[in-house]
Amino acid sequence: MALLEVRDLDVRFALRHGEVRALRNVNFTLDRGERLGIVGESGAGKSVAAFSLLNLIARPGFIAGGSIRFDGQELTGLGERGLRKIRGNRISMIFQDPMMTLNPVLSIGEQMVECLKAHRRISRREARAIALHKLQQVQIPSPDTRLDQYPHELSGGMRQRVIIAIALLLDPDIIIADEPTTALDVTIQAEIMALLRELCEKHNVGLVLITHDLGVVSQVTQRMLVMYAGRVIEAGPTREIINDPQHPYTQGLMNALPQMATPGSHLNQIRGSMPSLANLPSGCAFHPRCDFIDRADGSPRPACTERIPAFVDSGNCRVACHMVAEMLAREATPIKEKVQ
Amino acid sequence: MTTIAEPLATPGYDSASATPLLEICGLEKRFDLSGDFLEQLRFKGGRLVRHQEFVHAINGVDLTIQRGEALCVVGESGCGKSTVARTVMGLLSPSAGEIHYDGARIDALSPRALLPYRKRMQMIFQNPYASLNPRMTIQQTLEEPIRLHHPDWDRERVVAKVREVMASVGIDPDWGGRFGHEFSGGQRQRIAIARALAVDPEFIVADEPISALDVSIQAQVLNLLMDAQQERHLTYLFITHDLAVVEHFGTRVAVMYLGTVCEVAPTRTLFATPRHPYTQALLSAIPRLEDDRPQPIRLSGEVPTPVDLPSGCVFHGRCPYAEPRCRREVPKLRPQADGSQVACHAVEEDRL
Repeated sequence: MALLEVRDLDVRFALRHGEVRALRNVNFTLDRGERLGIVGESGAGKSVAAFSLLNLIARPGFIAGGSIRFDGQELTGLGERGLRKIRGNRISMIFQDPMMTLNPVLSIGEQMVECLKAHRRISRREARAIALHKLQQVQIPSPDTRLDQYPHELSGGMRQRVIIAIALLLDPDIIIADEPTTALDVTIQAEIMALLRELCEKHNVGLVLITHDLGVVSQVTQRMLVMYAGRVIEAGPTREIINDPQHPYTQGLMNALPQMATPGSHLNQIRGSMPSLANLPSGCAFHPRCDFIDRADGSPRPACTERIPAFVDSGNCRVACHMVAEMLAREATPIKEKVQ
Repeated sequence: MTTIAEPLATPGYDSASATPLLEICGLEKRFDLSGDFLEQLRFKGGRLVRHQEFVHAINGVDLTIQRGEALCVVGESGCGKSTVARTVMGLLSPSAGEIHYDGARIDALSPRALLPYRKRMQMIFQNPYASLNPRMTIQQTLEEPIRLHHPDWDRERVVAKVREVMASVGIDPDWGGRFGHEFSGGQRQRIAIARALAVDPEFIVADEPISALDVSIQAQVLNLLMDAQQERHLTYLFITHDLAVVEHFGTRVAVMYLGTVCEVAPTRTLFATPRHPYTQALLSAIPRLEDDRPQPIRLSGEVPTPVDLPSGCVFHGRCPYAEPRCRREVPKLRPQADGSQVACHAVEEDRL
């Protein structure tokens, strides 16, 4: 059984003018030590998905349905007390902005000791020793002096290292990282990502990496989900999706990258922009921007505008697209005939 | 400057024959951190001394931009690339050095004397959520620069011009009555581009114009900027940290580190054969989609603070090839055989 199993997760925000469905039917699993990437543009729901794993959705948002099973335990109905035992302890989180995450009036050491003492009955001295050890693991130079420094005395990259050290403090089973390097420069990003990957591999920690950067996902994760307008639209092994994306949106996203075009030529853009979750198009949410809503013979495919596409298996990947489903059905028919 | 007698065939990109559109010589910009005069006074050894501290944002930058090219300036945060853009635009005044636009020196001009140049050069900012006035309609936003630079135009002509630029960036001209918040990020950036294009400039300084946008929208805006360049024969100074965009968009690239230019080269040359050790590290750090690329070059340490600049080459503390000379002597940009310019002692001494 998988360490983390998310089934039909449904998250809504009750707003004055009605309910907005931020996540619909999100399904995924994470094995021990596995690295999973969740990719999408702003508004796709990737951060909501990450936050809802630890029920960090603030009102008016709430989990309206589905289940999140972690190590055999259901998390959705768990109260604050139960969640507190898991948060930071067995599942820890790394947020986007390292300056916002650290408390500016506490030294690095105090913040780390505080976290350890909240979960374990240990002395300050023991806690400090563990904190020092974790700072060494994230390769911070002169870690013993860092313990007594304040967040503003560290650079952005150093702060993010401290945060990774805090995330590792209680030897969690899973780390959820929400855009951990978006605020950092490319050379620092490369270092932090390499470090995160190394540490997860070494300590057999599962990683859920939220990012908008396909390059980062490709470098760090083994499996990935692509989200669009609150839904997962494609899921599978990272390498296969990157090499051969099936969903028209994933294809569009890849083709829009400057490295996919010859320099100076026009980039392949996806027209329009992501719809508002409060006002989703009918059928497949991507259909107004999709180039494949017509069948091979040129006639429009009514399903695209009418029905929400179900997942179909395409090789090792799962894709929610009527066009792909049709293509697969067409490919499958002659094989059946041959068998007969 | 060398002058090569060569007839000017196209109004587009040409070699170093004609006067460059923009020429920056020895540009320096310091920001004073020490406050007013009284705050600068300190007691030291029983005596009152004046203590001043500066952020050395740019230290002796030389760049030239030819007509029709897109010069990209890349570097990490704090390297001074945005300060270069703002100083060129006259939004900041340089501490030392000269800026020549189309042969005339513009860095010491009064605001009134600068006005005709402002019409010829326009700027696009990073964050379209902050660069549009939330209390002005799009019509008002776009009319403002036209009215300022063409006070003699009548109302109809102004309105017609606004409609034309809106259409040219792909915004429905009937949406002029709307406010900025009614548009998405990508549309807002289109409007910001329309505002820059409204006075028909020849030179555009774009400071991270697509960094705040999503991937699919980035492609749209980048296409728009390239179309505008072709149709209007624009020259760009393009500031960015995204090397993939540079490779696609730029004709030449200048790499900056801690307020100095460490390498300038035609885009293809730079990406094929980066010479400066910092450029090499920067290029290797791009997260690529392919799995089989070599490991990124890991630089030791962090970018030093621009308040206390390192002696000699600003990169020496993190450079794997640093030698005693690098700690003593500031390297100068020197032309190389492949048409690039590199400021590195190791390259000069053929150690690299």
